Amino acid sequence: MPDNDFVRSYLPLLIHFLLAGALAGALVLLSWLIGYRKPTRAKMSPYECGMTPIGDARARFSVKFYMVAMLFILFDVEAVFLYPWAIILKDLKRMGQGLFGLSEMFVYIGIVLVGYWYIWKKGALDWGLTISSPQAARITRVTRSGGSSQEPEPELVGVAGKGGL
Amino acid sequence: MNITTFIIVSVIKTALVLFVLLTAVAYTVWLERKVVGHMQNRWGPTRVGPFGLLQPAADGIKFLFKEDLTPPHVYKPLYIAAPMLAVIFAVTSIAVIPFGNWFSVGNFRTPFQITDVNIGLLVVLGITSLGVYGVALSGWSSNSKYSLLGGLRASAQMVSYEIALGLSLVGVLILAGTFSLRGIVEAQAGHFWGFIPNWFIFRGGQFVAFFIYLTAAYAETNRIPFDLPEAETELVAGYHTEYSAMKFAMFFMAEYANMITVACLASLLFLGGWSGPLFGPSWLQQLLPLLWFFLRVFGFLFVYIWVRGTLPRFRYDQLMAFGWKFLLPLAIANLVVTALVVVLKP
Repeated sequence: MPDNDFVRSYLPLLIHFLLAGALAGALVLLSWLIGYRKPTRAKMSPYECGMTPIGDARARFSVKFYMVAMLFILFDVEAVFLYPWAIILKDLKRMGQGLFGLSEMFVYIGIVLVGYWYIWKKGALDWGLTISSPQAARITRVTRSGGSSQEPEPELVGVAGKGGL
Repeated sequence: MNITTFIIVSVIKTALVLFVLLTAVAYTVWLERKVVGHMQNRWGPTRVGPFGLLQPAADGIKFLFKEDLTPPHVYKPLYIAAPMLAVIFAVTSIAVIPFGNWFSVGNFRTPFQITDVNIGLLVVLGITSLGVYGVALSGWSSNSKYSLLGGLRASAQMVSYEIALGLSLVGVLILAGTFSLRGIVEAQAGHFWGFIPNWFIFRGGQFVAFFIYLTAAYAETNRIPFDLPEAETELVAGYHTEYSAMKFAMFFMAEYANMITVACLASLLFLGGWSGPLFGPSWLQQLLPLLWFFLRVFGFLFVYIWVRGTLPRFRYDQLMAFGWKFLLPLAIANLVVTALVVVLKP
């Protein structure tokens, strides 16, 4: 078994992982065992700067966070594709295939960049009050003309812009 | 070496590395308090031991004896698992980091590394990116508004900057042609023009990659100027608002262990790892690489603290725009230029 290269390189990693787990477990257990306990009602309520908590924390939050997670997967997959290519690029050049390797990957990066340009123009990367997507701009126009005669607050325009995505 | 000896050696090495890492974590906290203190015209810790050097031990003991509160409103299994996950992933990635060359006594020969995996860089990136689970789960399971907001912010920020971080390393991979961290260091041996060391930071425009890597790594470790997840003026303490005693300390341990991993990786990938002048008897020649490596790591940790003492915090939309609209295109441009230079250079 020790001659097996795979076991030889990954067994220490497993051992390290288990020891780290034991360490984390021991820390939690020790603190639970010897820490003193004197719970009161105020201590046991969710922290809200000393006020009585209002409502539940299971509230809705911005859809932006889901969007970032999806975009992350797209671009991380791109990075995963780039890694093996980066490793063999010098070998390809040595074999006289350098330009082939380069052009193949540049076509791929080009396609990814088109998608990147699209999400940028759509405003998926905007978190503030800037409005760049046409849809959001339309909603803003509607808010401006169809709303009350008063000019809406800049914040309200921003909120409308966010919802238009 | 038979399998029993191999396992025993591995356990000893792992225990040693974990001990050194946790000590380093404790003293990085001390260093940070001391340095930031002096930058703000204060003394920092001075009371416990000479120069406050025993402060980390005192803090550790205090954390153990503090009340370990588990409020009734949390989702208990994940609430307890989250700090454990954070610590486990933070200290595991150090396993593939090489600290120096080979160490030999008589017939016994072992590298200054727990294991030399041939995809070392991928292992580090993979394990550190799992760290986002600790943050996201603690934020959600605490069932408190501040924790939820902090956890959401932290996870969005960490995944966003991970892309720039991953892409910035492609240039280095093109130049080195290997994933093995030891191999990457060996690819940086020697000098060019007679005196400039062959480090990747000086070669093929990788200075840009170094800048992207360092910036993205600061965001990955949730450090100032990217410490939005625990922006105390808005979110109390972010994702660990509801934690106390050792569980709270474990998030800190994870943060500082991650800082040390980042510093190690930056030294290995861009600054030539443990290379440096070797002289003296053979035992000194074996140990000097460790010293050169630790000096680089210390330098990076100091810069971390320096930045913390200097820069204000970003606003959230600025943070996201900086990551997605500046660092990401810059990283892609850098890798395209590096590939062009490598292939077209005769």
